[in-house]
Amino acid sequence: MTPEDIQLVVALCKARAGLKVDPAKTYLMESRLAPLARREGYNSIEDLIAGLKQRREEPLIWALVEAMTLNETAFFRDRAAFDQLRDEILPTLTRMRGPEPIRIWSAACATGQEAYSVAMIAEDAQGLEPGARIDIYGSDIAERCLEKAQSGLYTQFEVQRGLPIRQLVRHFDKIEDNWQLSPRIRQRVRWRRINLAADLSAVGRFDVILCRHVLTALDDGIRRRILESLAAALPADGFLMLDAEVSPQDLTDAFRPVSGRMGLFARNPSFRVAA
Amino acid sequence: MKTCLLVDDSRVIRKVARRILEDLGYEIAEASDGLEALAWCRAAMPDVILLDWNMPVMNGLDFLRTLRAEPGGDGPKVVFCTVESHPDRIREALAAGATEYIMKPFDGDIIAAKFEMAGLA
Repeated sequence: MTPEDIQLVVALCKARAGLKVDPAKTYLMESRLAPLARREGYNSIEDLIAGLKQRREEPLIWALVEAMTLNETAFFRDRAAFDQLRDEILPTLTRMRGPEPIRIWSAACATGQEAYSVAMIAEDAQGLEPGARIDIYGSDIAERCLEKAQSGLYTQFEVQRGLPIRQLVRHFDKIEDNWQLSPRIRQRVRWRRINLAADLSAVGRFDVILCRHVLTALDDGIRRRILESLAAALPADGFLMLDAEVSPQDLTDAFRPVSGRMGLFARNPSFRVAA
Repeated sequence: MKTCLLVDDSRVIRKVARRILEDLGYEIAEASDGLEALAWCRAAMPDVILLDWNMPVMNGLDFLRTLRAEPGGDGPKVVFCTVESHPDRIREALAAGATEYIMKPFDGDIIAAKFEMAGLA
């Protein structure tokens, strides 16, 4: 890739998705863009970029940005966070909400494992709290990831990362060499393409938002804006779940940590949601 | 140091698994079939057993059923590690007392993740 091509990729990722791409990591760009070039019928990454410069087609620009996003995920990734959701957050919210639905959003869900992990917890919780209604939403910037998420179809390798075997036999069917989530679990999650770097004011209200393993990949300014948008989407008694690498207090006063709970945040009472 | 008994009739698999488990801090013993594994367990129960299914002399499932009926045989965590991947086979293993289940092929990440799920972190 030429320095100009690299700069173009870096600039597009930043402008469209707030994504930080290190121009020194050309191997990373090449490994992500080579499959895209092949898929789009180009002979090389250079041809792909040339085609993109020539035609400036939106779908191709987005395909390039999506190819550069991180899709690393796993079922029940960081198990303690899901234990917390199951044992503390959901029982607390169920008591407070009564028959009102509890809305949970897995923002930046990649290929869906996080949202489905929540769905499996919700399914199990239903037995304990028969009246509780839990609505689960999964979103990602990448259409291809969402297509896979919607299919609920995962490889043997993917289901062995994080998924206890009892959950696998309870909730999945074996389809040739792959495993597919049962229709019951799949129907629990609604999917939507959402670019977190875009305007999130119409995204809706959620009682719990999971925004894990994505913010560190984004530009500082965008990160702050996203956190403040998420604060606006949470009620005063809602929860934000982040990964251990993010400290929202360093970027904004929108959140306060929930004492003694790693990665768990509540909206700061003094934070004013912009009208 | 925690002990792990590796039960597999493939020397190559035992070698690969040994390296992974030693990195996880386990002291390793090896057996190439279920009967040999029972002899190890009767001498000293390990903390965990990584268990193949299809082996000569005594297969993994028969070994597990026998082990669980032995005095102290409910102690070790047993993680199957096998090419058997049909859900009915997995249910059979769980009913016999398996703690976790790995479908081959495996790598270090999968073994570490499954051991954590088995409460062996």
